[in-house]
Amino acid sequence: MIALLIRDLRLAVRAGGGFGLGLAFFLLVAVLVPLGVGPEGRVLAMIAPGILWVGALLACLLSLDRIFALDFEDGSLDLLATAPIPLEGVVAVKALAHWLVTGLPLTLAAPVLAVLLNLPVSGFGWLVLSLAIGTPALSVIGAFGAALTVGLKRGGLLLSLLVLPLYVPTLIFGAEVVRRGTAGLETGTPLALLAAITLASAALLPFAAAAAIRVNLR
Amino acid sequence: MDLEIDNLSVSRGGVTVLEGVGFRLRPGAALVLRGPNGIGKTTLLRSIAGLQPATVGEISAPPEAIAYAAHADGLKSMLTVTENLRFWAAVHGGAGVEPALQRMNLASLRDRQAANLSAGQKRRLGLARLLVTGRPVWVLDEPTVSLDAASVTLFGEVIRDHLAAGGSALIATHIDLGIPGAETLDLSPFRARPPEQGGPAGAFDAAFGGDFA
Amino acid sequence: MSSLWEYANPQKFMGLSGRMLPWTAALSSLCLTTGLIWGFFFTPDDFRQGSTVRIIYLHVPAAMMAINAWVMMLVASLVWLIRRHHVSALAAKAAAPVGLIFTLIALVTGALWGQPMWGTWWAWDPRLTSFLILTLFYFGYIALWSAIEDPDTAADLTGVLCIVGSVFAVLSRYAVNFWNQGLHQGASLSLDRQENISDVFWFPLLVCIAGFVLLFVALVLLRTRTEIRARRLSALLARERMG
Repeated sequence: MIALLIRDLRLAVRAGGGFGLGLAFFLLVAVLVPLGVGPEGRVLAMIAPGILWVGALLACLLSLDRIFALDFEDGSLDLLATAPIPLEGVVAVKALAHWLVTGLPLTLAAPVLAVLLNLPVSGFGWLVLSLAIGTPALSVIGAFGAALTVGLKRGGLLLSLLVLPLYVPTLIFGAEVVRRGTAGLETGTPLALLAAITLASAALLPFAAAAAIRVNLR
Repeated sequence: MDLEIDNLSVSRGGVTVLEGVGFRLRPGAALVLRGPNGIGKTTLLRSIAGLQPATVGEISAPPEAIAYAAHADGLKSMLTVTENLRFWAAVHGGAGVEPALQRMNLASLRDRQAANLSAGQKRRLGLARLLVTGRPVWVLDEPTVSLDAASVTLFGEVIRDHLAAGGSALIATHIDLGIPGAETLDLSPFRARPPEQGGPAGAFDAAFGGDFA
Repeated sequence: MSSLWEYANPQKFMGLSGRMLPWTAALSSLCLTTGLIWGFFFTPDDFRQGSTVRIIYLHVPAAMMAINAWVMMLVASLVWLIRRHHVSALAAKAAAPVGLIFTLIALVTGALWGQPMWGTWWAWDPRLTSFLILTLFYFGYIALWSAIEDPDTAADLTGVLCIVGSVFAVLSRYAVNFWNQGLHQGASLSLDRQENISDVFWFPLLVCIAGFVLLFVALVLLRTRTEIRARRLSALLARERMG
């Protein structure tokens, strides 16, 4: 399992694309929104939590189809399915690798973009915290969607259609944490719910995803 | 480990392609599968490897005993030869990769990226994976595709060594690999009959008993 | 002996559904005609909402069936995944577009009602938002069915999606409630109905609900029959191609 994690990380670093691309996309969103909305700081500060969360979510979505599609094409997925590690574990490790190369960099870069969007400094900590807790759920849910569509030739668009509705609760609670935190309100409830979604997704969705992969391989 | 198969039916895309397949593969033995294109060799081998369920019948060996190699080698072009092989060795419990590299004549290419290998070299690397799995039953689907004559001979020797060490091999191939004592099984007689002639119809169609609803 | 599972046999199902279909269709049109005419022309205006209240005879039953259709798909998917009954998988497939249309009817009638009452076609009210999200789930489910060629693979994958989607749909409902408390009035129906609406509105509404339930059953039966025939046809064609 550790070997699989190392391999996926090494591939992500060497192939370049996935990693930098998500971050660049996130940056673009943060630059384009003020251009579209107008430069007024108060308005930007108000919508910043939502924009940053939506941006992170879309950036995450970009690289989802690579989680299993590349391994499916070159036959690795067949071989992993017959290997002595459980397929559920393969899914969990690949989701973790995806988070390490997309979710984690997005979380770390978020404060910089928050400056562009005029988010009050009091919200920075909440932004990083909510992304750190919430983005793993995005990777696991995304891995489930990728498992459903792995056998399809052009599954990318369908993958977005399947995954985005599943992202709704994570988005709502994540952005709510930042909004409340910035306003100095209580954040315990949305934070706990966000953590619950991440933990429950990480615990249960690998089973559903592994079942979907087995169906797709037959 | 014995690989025993009895009265096996396999289907592709919901249509049964082979029925009543049966054979026994003992340790040290090799069995070559033959049959025209499309008869279902790949489907049969995938079922034996545990990748898809057989519609009818039993496979005695558990998937954990079987090392499967198919058309795609499962190589990552961004990784070097050693990194590719080390990964599969680690997944299968950490055997050393050096003997396998030597055996498949890949030692001089060890630090080359898989992207820069020729088709035949990739194939050799894919087959080297079999050596690091440590599994006794090899299930091989056209293993010699894109290998040159020297590599085919080399691979034949590797299989002979594997058999001598108590392993076994089930191979779908059209080439003579030069394995002494290898039996051949022609799959043509096992081609599934159409339902009109008493062949299997599948759970959905069977319910109609020939009538169109 | 006879058990419910016998009707999981496609041929038995074709026989039974063929006999049931005309009756459910006729009863459904009877209920809908009676209920809608009664509701639209023979009930008094609401003291607050005036004549606009009459849209509940479409809105409430459609909204109920939008959710019930998804629940039915969930049950059918579970039956397929656990017991491998093909009719069940095809019934889930057949119900999805019907459920989607009910969801859209609920949304559109809601907008038409919202305009005079709240002064806006659309508000990000929890109930409205939840229905919008439900629409997305229906779209995803239908798109996955149509994207996969092999019918058994499609049935398996959509079944898994339906189960996971149900959990997330419920989760979204709570998340949306948490996110905005909303303008929408409380449920029109509850066991303690004195709290909600009076008998004059209640009885025609019941008839309309019965009509919508029967309409759903009739449409799903009809569509399932079509799916079974299509499935059978494609199996025959596939075999012909393979020689």
